[in-house]
Amino acid sequence: MNPSATVGRIVGTRAQDAGFVVDLLLRTVAASPKLVRRVRFTLDMAFNAGVRSLPVTLVVAAFAGAILAMQTGIELRRFGDTAVLGTITALSMCREMGPFITGVILAATVGSAMAAELGTMQVSDEVAALEVMSVDPVDYLVLPRVVALAVMCPTLTVLSNLIGIWGGSVIAEHNLGVSPDLYWISAREALTSSGTMLPKEVYVGLLKAFVFGVAIATVSCASGLRAGGGALGVGLAVQTAVRNSVILIIVLGFIVTWFFYFLAG
Amino acid sequence: MIELRDVCKRLGERQVLDHMSFRVPKGMNFVLMGPSGCGKSVTLKHVIGILRPDSGSVQVDDQDVQSMDRAQLMALRKRMGYLFQNGALINWLTVAENVALPLREHARVSKSELQQRVHEVLGLVGMDHAATQYPPAISGGMKLRTGLARALVTNPEYVLYDEPNAGLDPIISKQIHELIVEVRDRLGVTGLIVTHSRACATQCGDRIGIIENGRLGIEGSVAEILASDNPLARSFLDGGTD
Repeated sequence: MNPSATVGRIVGTRAQDAGFVVDLLLRTVAASPKLVRRVRFTLDMAFNAGVRSLPVTLVVAAFAGAILAMQTGIELRRFGDTAVLGTITALSMCREMGPFITGVILAATVGSAMAAELGTMQVSDEVAALEVMSVDPVDYLVLPRVVALAVMCPTLTVLSNLIGIWGGSVIAEHNLGVSPDLYWISAREALTSSGTMLPKEVYVGLLKAFVFGVAIATVSCASGLRAGGGALGVGLAVQTAVRNSVILIIVLGFIVTWFFYFLAG
Repeated sequence: MIELRDVCKRLGERQVLDHMSFRVPKGMNFVLMGPSGCGKSVTLKHVIGILRPDSGSVQVDDQDVQSMDRAQLMALRKRMGYLFQNGALINWLTVAENVALPLREHARVSKSELQQRVHEVLGLVGMDHAATQYPPAISGGMKLRTGLARALVTNPEYVLYDEPNAGLDPIISKQIHELIVEVRDRLGVTGLIVTHSRACATQCGDRIGIIENGRLGIEGSVAEILASDNPLARSFLDGGTD
């Protein structure tokens, strides 16, 4: 076996996969005027996505906020500066943790389901049936899913942020001796110090969540639409969807943070 | 008329179609037979423009399918129905919603006209009683009949049948065959049927073509093929499944 040929083949396949995802995203954007015909289906999708992932998102967010407050509070207590715990927890949740947690949970719950649904449709000729009926699978299947996650990811992120900050407040009060008033006032001030209606910490986090929602849905639909080879192929499509979504969440999260806090100041 | 001229198609390492040529005149059921993997379904996908040939031409009513753009292909597909092996119904839509799908997407018809048309074609295939059921709750034969109703709902000029009796028992198969014949006789629809079932070929077909090495090894009317002592014809008709 020639190692160079193997590496070349793997790189070629990955480039093809990436090209398919980008092409699918562009076709989805181009199909967006047809969304008015898919409103009901999109709302169903959004409702399912929210219901399916809300409980787990809230539990994970509460514990993530608690862990964040605990770890930070231990160090701050050494310097006698636990008064800023609310600030740190609120900023960390809104900027990074909230969107990240929500994104990963959506990838694991909703993204995997999307890849499995579309993969099953692909291997059982349902996607081909749409094509022969001149129904564009992008407009009929992908667009509602992308829009649903683009809306639900920021929505769930707002809840994640609030529950995470609340989780931190429980630890701050019971384990670190920070008064609830002090914690909540410092958290609120951190998020409203800019004086604008939507502070940068919040809108950058929500923008991230929007980007994650679009990325998860597109990658998951792309994996499903490229599935082949029966049940095994559907399983592989789900695996690929979750893996690629998580990688994209981390990479895109870094790019958005870098853009807003370093490049654009 | 559907006409394939010297169509070649390679998929991966395999030459699936190798100078495949045949024509299907209007109002006729043409049956393509051959063993699994010989290129029968690939041929159908060329006719409807899902696949494009490496060389040769595919024509429907003297229009080159392979050179059509997306809009032209959509227009062509609106004139064609396609019955998939398992019906390929959308699982979250009821039987009636599945049948209504092509009309909902393309035709500007009122709700009552749409319901009327759906009721009509479901009646034709004997599925009116199951209109509100979902595909996972119905049998394989019912799925196929629903798939046929969906293929017919737009009043197509052509219907392509991909293994219309695959996995069905002989009684349900016979019902499907009778439906295919009825579609030709009552609606004047031209059919291109791929199958490896002798019963399907002889009951539904006007002409039969048998694929060998990526092209038609023998072609003729049902009577000619049945009377032929050609080894390829004999191997299929004597050993063909019911």
